[in-house]
Amino acid sequence: MAALNIKKGSNSHSAYNLRSNFSDAIEKHTLAVVVDNEAGVLARVIGLFSGRGYNIDSLTVAEIDHAGHRSRITICTTGTPQTIEQIKAQLGRIVPVHEVHDLTVEGPSVERELALLKVAGDGEKRVEALRLADIFRASVVDSTLKSFVFEITGTPDKIDAFADLMRPLGLVEIARTGVAALSRGS
Amino acid sequence: MTRQMTGARMVVQALKDQGVDTVFGYPGGAVLPIYDEIFQQNEINHILVRHEQGAVHMAEGYARSTGKPGVVLVTSGPGATNAVTGLTDALMDSIPLVVLTGQVPTFMIGTDGFQEADTVGITRPCTKHNWLVKETDALAATLHEAFHVATSGRPGPVLIDIPKDVQFATGTYQAPVKGGTKRYQPQVKGDLDAITALVAALETAKRPVFYTGGGVINSGKAASQLLRELVDATGIPVTSTLMGLGAYPASGKNWLGMLGMHGLYEANLAMHGCDLLINIGARFDDRITGRLDAFSPNSKKAHIDIDPSSINKVIRVDIPIVGDVGHVLEDMLKIWKARGRKVNSEGLSKWWAQIDEWKKVNCLSYKNSDTTIKPQYALQRLEALTKGMDRYITTEVGQHQMWAAQYLGFEDPNRWMTSGGLGTMGYGLPASIGVQVAHPDALVVNVAGEASWLMNMQEMGTAVQFRTPVKQFILNNERLGMVRQWQQLLHGERYSHSWSDSLPDFVKLAEAFGCKGLKVSDPKDLDDAIMEMIKYDGPVIFDCLVEKHENCFPMIPSGKPHNEMLLGDADTQGAIGAKGAVLV
Repeated sequence: MAALNIKKGSNSHSAYNLRSNFSDAIEKHTLAVVVDNEAGVLARVIGLFSGRGYNIDSLTVAEIDHAGHRSRITICTTGTPQTIEQIKAQLGRIVPVHEVHDLTVEGPSVERELALLKVAGDGEKRVEALRLADIFRASVVDSTLKSFVFEITGTPDKIDAFADLMRPLGLVEIARTGVAALSRGS
Repeated sequence: MTRQMTGARMVVQALKDQGVDTVFGYPGGAVLPIYDEIFQQNEINHILVRHEQGAVHMAEGYARSTGKPGVVLVTSGPGATNAVTGLTDALMDSIPLVVLTGQVPTFMIGTDGFQEADTVGITRPCTKHNWLVKETDALAATLHEAFHVATSGRPGPVLIDIPKDVQFATGTYQAPVKGGTKRYQPQVKGDLDAITALVAALETAKRPVFYTGGGVINSGKAASQLLRELVDATGIPVTSTLMGLGAYPASGKNWLGMLGMHGLYEANLAMHGCDLLINIGARFDDRITGRLDAFSPNSKKAHIDIDPSSINKVIRVDIPIVGDVGHVLEDMLKIWKARGRKVNSEGLSKWWAQIDEWKKVNCLSYKNSDTTIKPQYALQRLEALTKGMDRYITTEVGQHQMWAAQYLGFEDPNRWMTSGGLGTMGYGLPASIGVQVAHPDALVVNVAGEASWLMNMQEMGTAVQFRTPVKQFILNNERLGMVRQWQQLLHGERYSHSWSDSLPDFVKLAEAFGCKGLKVSDPKDLDDAIMEMIKYDGPVIFDCLVEKHENCFPMIPSGKPHNEMLLGDADTQGAIGAKGAVLV
């Protein structure tokens, strides 16, 4: 019975520890999911992420084909390669899901996000905010004597950078749409 | 063909058009129009249950023993919430069910109306798909789509929530379309290159093993036939999960027995020592794999599964094949034959010599007793006395379930109904009724523990009412045996709330329900009592008083690999470490 000789206090791994031969590095992926635009479809997608413990960094959804009742959901998520593969396979199982594209691996893609930033202040700070907005090609969509609302479009990094610059200049509120993404080329 | 009719009539018409002969259900305010339609026809048989959970388990038993979808009809609110355990059970074990729930009328949804619940919200994570139908015109197409989704691809439970005004209103009925809806068409044919790679690996493997699961049974009887042909032609040993028992016959010469936490020594060591592991329709469940980083460490792994999300979920495989087991096995056999029916004979004969050594350990041996009925002995006698009969077995969940899997032999698919993934105590009794409804002349035995059995014992009323002669074979140890076993191994023998106090007198209980009760405690009386149970033309509650402290072996303790099995009580000292203790 040597094979059954169990070492006392052996430092075993959990059977639920899903470590495997895949890389353990955390990757960021952008997924585009085309779904039937029907009641509850977003809840199915979100429920999948919460129920199985996946991350959602950003999620956008809107109807893209009114006649065909199709919506496109863009999800930015992070996880190990094995988790990302699971997320795609699990999304593919949902009945109203038609297509799952991993834009991060399927060739080059463009990602854009829109943000609205309210900056309040006066004097030199106000001038500086306008100057930076110009550099970032943000436009002013609302203005009072003591505030601006800037609209900016770009990658999430660009919006992060703009928001960081606005913070000391009186940033009071920010609204972001989340990422919309498409593959490049035809 | 289109016709105008009420939503309620559409439901019954769609069930008929889908070939449904039996519905398990319970009426209530929100499904009265459908019940009124059921009253006015004779083609669909309605089984009135005593609790909605029972209805779903009955439908599961019906589905698993026939291969057809099980159908459930319950009311809104509590009717729907009571069905949730059964839905989750069916989802975990891939059982096709179509569950119809009533709902408050559309104009009352969201008002917290009487018996209102967000049924589609509650059941979204425990169904394969669900629908809330808000227009009568959409009802027929939804019903047909529901049957298609439940039965195609990886089977599973679906639910349709039907508001009461939709049942009353008139709309256009459409007959089912062949081939189901376009939007859900899972891939059934496997990739031929991958199948060829698997055949090539099989030809040269020195120590191959087939690891089969419920997917073989779900794929249909032809898949089991193909598996038998492949196993017997190649001479490769085969083991199975709990869910896959019967796909390959227990009397087959290549059969290793069940694998996993309470699997056989030879099966688990074959998994650990193999150089080619061929997973056919199983899912590397944690009861099977044990400690993952020590799971089958030296093998090339192939995985055939119809669900792409099963592949590489927990175990990374070398040869993934997405497809229906039957289709893939057919292609695999064709390719293997075309390539000259090659196997590594020398390697295989050494491998079998090794396996035969492992078999000599005789891992299912136990110390029998003249005075007390050992649960293993009771099952061996049940097996001996029912062998060759047209027999179906269901179980509850716990030690008795594992012993049943170990000591009963299954020669054919669809003969073994048990709650594998979810481990639902209270499954077996209603499931046995569902099986008996589908097979009125067969012997249907529910191997039960007294604690599990009590969880849905109200369904004995259903059994008596519908004259289903189900045999409730209760291995009564007055304990929650598996809980007690874990407390012994893990928690310093502190048996916290793991005994069954104030048990009913099962013989009197049987009388109260209007069926037969039998009680046996002496091993000498066991055979006669079992024969009396079998011969009695009606439901029987068989109270078999067994050894109270028997443990279930072999056992792979939590967090251990396959080659660190416990074979008996002598091995258990300090067997589970602190990290293993956090697992279930």
